[in-house]
Amino acid sequence: MIDVDPSLVNWSRAQFAFTAMYHWIFVPLTLGLSFLCAFYETIYLKTGNEEWKKITRFWMALFAVNFSIGVATGIIMEFEFGTNWSNYSWMVGDIFGAPLAIEGIFAFFLEASFFAVMFFGWNRVSKGFHCFSTWMVAIGSNLSAVWILIANGWMQNPVGMAFNADTARFEMQNFAEVVFNPIAVSKFTHTSSSGFVMGSAFVLTISCWYLIKRKHVEMAKKSIVVASVFGLVASVFVGFTGDEAAYEVAQKQPMKLAAMEGLYKGEHGAGIVAMGIVNDAKMAGDVQDSFLFKVKVPQVLSLLANRELGSFVPGIDDLVYGNEKENIMGVNTMMEKGRLALSDLSAYKDARKNKTEDLAQTALERFNINKEFMGYGYLDTPEEAVPSVNIIFNSFRLMAVIGSLFPVIFGAFLFFTLKGTVTEKRWLLPIGLFTALLGLLAQQAGWVTAEVGRQPWAIQGLMPVKVATTNLSTTSVQVTFAMFAALFTLLLIAEISIMLKQIAAGPEGH
Amino acid sequence: MLEMVAKIFSFYRDGFRQMTVGKSLWKIIFIKIFVMFAVLKIFFFPNYLNSNFETDKQRGDYVLEQITRSVANTN
Repeated sequence: MIDVDPSLVNWSRAQFAFTAMYHWIFVPLTLGLSFLCAFYETIYLKTGNEEWKKITRFWMALFAVNFSIGVATGIIMEFEFGTNWSNYSWMVGDIFGAPLAIEGIFAFFLEASFFAVMFFGWNRVSKGFHCFSTWMVAIGSNLSAVWILIANGWMQNPVGMAFNADTARFEMQNFAEVVFNPIAVSKFTHTSSSGFVMGSAFVLTISCWYLIKRKHVEMAKKSIVVASVFGLVASVFVGFTGDEAAYEVAQKQPMKLAAMEGLYKGEHGAGIVAMGIVNDAKMAGDVQDSFLFKVKVPQVLSLLANRELGSFVPGIDDLVYGNEKENIMGVNTMMEKGRLALSDLSAYKDARKNKTEDLAQTALERFNINKEFMGYGYLDTPEEAVPSVNIIFNSFRLMAVIGSLFPVIFGAFLFFTLKGTVTEKRWLLPIGLFTALLGLLAQQAGWVTAEVGRQPWAIQGLMPVKVATTNLSTTSVQVTFAMFAALFTLLLIAEISIMLKQIAAGPEGH
Repeated sequence: MLEMVAKIFSFYRDGFRQMTVGKSLWKIIFIKIFVMFAVLKIFFFPNYLNSNFETDKQRGDYVLEQITRSVANTN
């Protein structure tokens, strides 16, 4: 048992979740709106129509507001790594150092050069170079997200590394394996395309507001056409990348998938729960029903999880207690191996300190046999490996339901705008008004699914969050949590008020 | 070369001068960065390992001690 105050772990987690969720208000909008600005400007470049220039500059101004409020909010998370998660940040420093340094350098050069041309360069550089700069900002912003998602993907599926028992660090062995980690690849495609949906939803919301108010109608309609095409394509693509992401989760993080589905007893030909109410009293290993109510579609989960009808999808009980028939090692067995690994690591540390090389070598060899289970050695009970089913089941469904609405919404707006009747569809415009909010909810719910779903792990199977934390006082984390809450609330109020002023001023007011 | 540098300088200078809403945004960015780096980072978010240990060897040993604490507790 490790003697860490659980409230310290929970406050540290809450603080990190808060800053990450706040940061993620701005990032998807940057990813999507940057491309929309590039599309609008390309149309201006091709047609020479000044109306498109006005449209481009209007959305660029809102992009700038979002970017400037959001910029550097991610740095707070790096502060938290060093202060609240020092064990973790030390151990992963070698893996994360390269991707995060690349991201930092990349972002700096991008922002210092192409950003400046994008905002200061109107009528001062050629139209072609200005448009090129806007594209570079869009591509660069999205590529900048690659590196942080590689880091996150590694935490979900740690590959391409080896643990060094001398330095207590995970050291990179294979850069390509880290970069092309299947979890990281699916995370990037899913995240960036959902950002495109978010940007399109934002444009739809503002444009619908103009249409309802009967202001800047032509600009709004033109903006909607481009945003609807982009949003429609992106939202269909999000469905495919989501399917791929779920497949990777099924293969690499089966406990997360089982929790997403509230599946306790594994099944051949498992069905997917289309809707249901989770029985919150249900625990791993007991005989209660896992749902108070559910509507299940047969076979679909097996197909999505393994690409094969009738295949076996393990449930929480199979993963916690093992299933010999399906060749699944239970958490209880992994805990035994993990404890052996930790005991051998401790013996290695002591032998090294006492300069008894033979003993150290023997301990290291024994540690290497079970090192892949070392994280399980910290668990107090097998059931500790189960994340919150209620949160994950519901957040996953919230994301999926909203996500499946988007192709319909974008398709309807595209159809009626091209038909020239969108302003007459008084039932449709209020729906459009809420698309940005829906997009934001889906974004946050998606990350809740991904991050709560991998609990109790900071690094899947290797390091639980309770070992990753620094041994600080809970009060100091509570104080900084309150400070962030105040600072971030002020920033959010500033963004919303500046943005509302810009929107009220319309295309003439930037 | 000097002409090039002067052009780039005037590009940025004029760009900043002509900003409208951008001026408010830059103020927010500077205040935010000041609060983050000059207040939060220094007074509330010191790097725990860097401020408590001098060498990487000491940091590694400390973390190794931390992650094997559970074994020490059960012995």
